[in-house]
Amino acid sequence: MQPIVSVRDLSKTYGNGHHALKEVSLDIARGEILALLGPNGAGKTTLISVICGIVNASSGSVSVAGHDNVRDYRATRGMIGLVPQELTLGAFDTVWNTVKFSRGLFGKQPDPAYLERLLRDLSLWDRKGSMLMTLSGGMKRRVLIAKALSHEPNVLFLDEPTAGVDVELRRDMWALVRRLRESGVTIILTTHYIEEAEAIADRVGVISDGRLLLVENKLELMHKLGSKQITVELETALAGVPGALADWSLQLSEDGTRLSYSYDPHTADARIQELLCAISAAGLVMKDLKTTQSSLEEIFVRLVKEPS
Amino acid sequence: MNTHAVRVIYKFEMMRAWETLLQSFVSPVLSTSLYFVVFGAAIGGRIEQVQGVSYGAFIVPGLVMLALLTQSISNASFGIFFPRFTGTIYEILSAPISSFEILLGYVGAAATKSLIIGVIILVTAGFFVPLEIMHPVWMAGFLVLTCVSFSLFGFIIGLWADNFEKLQLIPLLVITPLVFLGGSFYSIHMLPPAWQTVTLFNPVVYLISGFRWSFFEVSDVSVGLSLLMVLVFLTACLLVVWWMFKTGYRLKQ
Repeated sequence: MQPIVSVRDLSKTYGNGHHALKEVSLDIARGEILALLGPNGAGKTTLISVICGIVNASSGSVSVAGHDNVRDYRATRGMIGLVPQELTLGAFDTVWNTVKFSRGLFGKQPDPAYLERLLRDLSLWDRKGSMLMTLSGGMKRRVLIAKALSHEPNVLFLDEPTAGVDVELRRDMWALVRRLRESGVTIILTTHYIEEAEAIADRVGVISDGRLLLVENKLELMHKLGSKQITVELETALAGVPGALADWSLQLSEDGTRLSYSYDPHTADARIQELLCAISAAGLVMKDLKTTQSSLEEIFVRLVKEPS
Repeated sequence: MNTHAVRVIYKFEMMRAWETLLQSFVSPVLSTSLYFVVFGAAIGGRIEQVQGVSYGAFIVPGLVMLALLTQSISNASFGIFFPRFTGTIYEILSAPISSFEILLGYVGAAATKSLIIGVIILVTAGFFVPLEIMHPVWMAGFLVLTCVSFSLFGFIIGLWADNFEKLQLIPLLVITPLVFLGGSFYSIHMLPPAWQTVTLFNPVVYLISGFRWSFFEVSDVSVGLSLLMVLVFLTACLLVVWWMFKTGYRLKQ
């Protein structure tokens, strides 16, 4: 199936010489939620900005539903909605007028019924006559989303959508993103919050220093890169790891009551039964046992730390 | 053509003028009336006629031009500078809208506002001095061309400026002196011959002279030359704007 967004060998060098994107290639499938993770300055916003037409690429190409975003900019931009990272809104306009403005800007006929539905969905209907400057940060974020959706886009870019919003609003946003996906909208979001990607994304892309390190199905990524750890709590504290267990590369906690063993669950290293038998054979009495799996956050930190 | 986009930009800009009615329309009318009181009544009493026209009436085209130039520049420069300043320009840049359509929306609205102000000032002037327009079509032509070309110039300033100080720099330090020294309140023939030659390098002289000719059939330079100068300025502004959009100057990195 043809991807809805296709990025090929995209590079961007700013006037000050900063190489923000380095030959990034990426296909985004229709109807998916893709989370782009990366530290500050990694190139996430530049990538989005080039796709949306706000920043010119130095080389490479972008197509949206088969249309080149430079040659057929009207077609591509009409399909895209963008929610920027900053709360960039005029001060003296009303919620209703600014959303109406956005719809017109994207060449759509006025449709008050659709805009009313949209504002109701975003809990903004009661504030439709309010001046933008009187709204809270969370409300302004919703207005930006309403503006981005005002022309019924097929692809929605959310640049750090939940930066600085409270937990409740964040969960509301996630619910909204899921609803949009159900209605067929493809969603690309950049985030610092691994929890966010873990909660709502289908695929995760990791960008660091202008390079797209990987794009993987979220579950497969966790499956592939996620290591597990088993921790055994002992009845009595140890001064050191017993010699009989020296081959197992075990970690002993500072208080000597816990032994930890890290392993990859998908390889032959996962000799849990053997380990437990060895611990028993060493004369240690186990009080408790727990296993933990590395989160997307740990995977992300590991990836961006690795030399590319 | 994305006519919806042009319409919403135009409407948004016009709404801004209505919301600040005092600043947009009443203020230029008030300052023009003050010019009439000071120059027309106080000084005009001592200068009976200039080139066969009463001094009060003689300064009307200059006053209209003064308002048109300053208003066109300030409306258009602020119109595009403010979204750049607040960051809302991202929406314009990411919308399916061509450079020409952006220009049509912003410059069209700025020119319309100036045109309205110009007409209001003319009507106001009618209360102070008897006015007769001998070539109304030429007058309307100069009015529209000046509004459009100086709105384009304002648009260029709005793109060039990266702070509020720069936004005011050209209008205050360049345009206002040029207008005052361009024959708004006098005929350049009243100057010593050496200064007359220097004044001919001031492009505003040609605007005011042509515009004044459409009222009284008196001018400092030929009306054809005036029209040519306006068209040259308009073309120069269009070329600069075209270059700015093509290179993404101060708009796109």
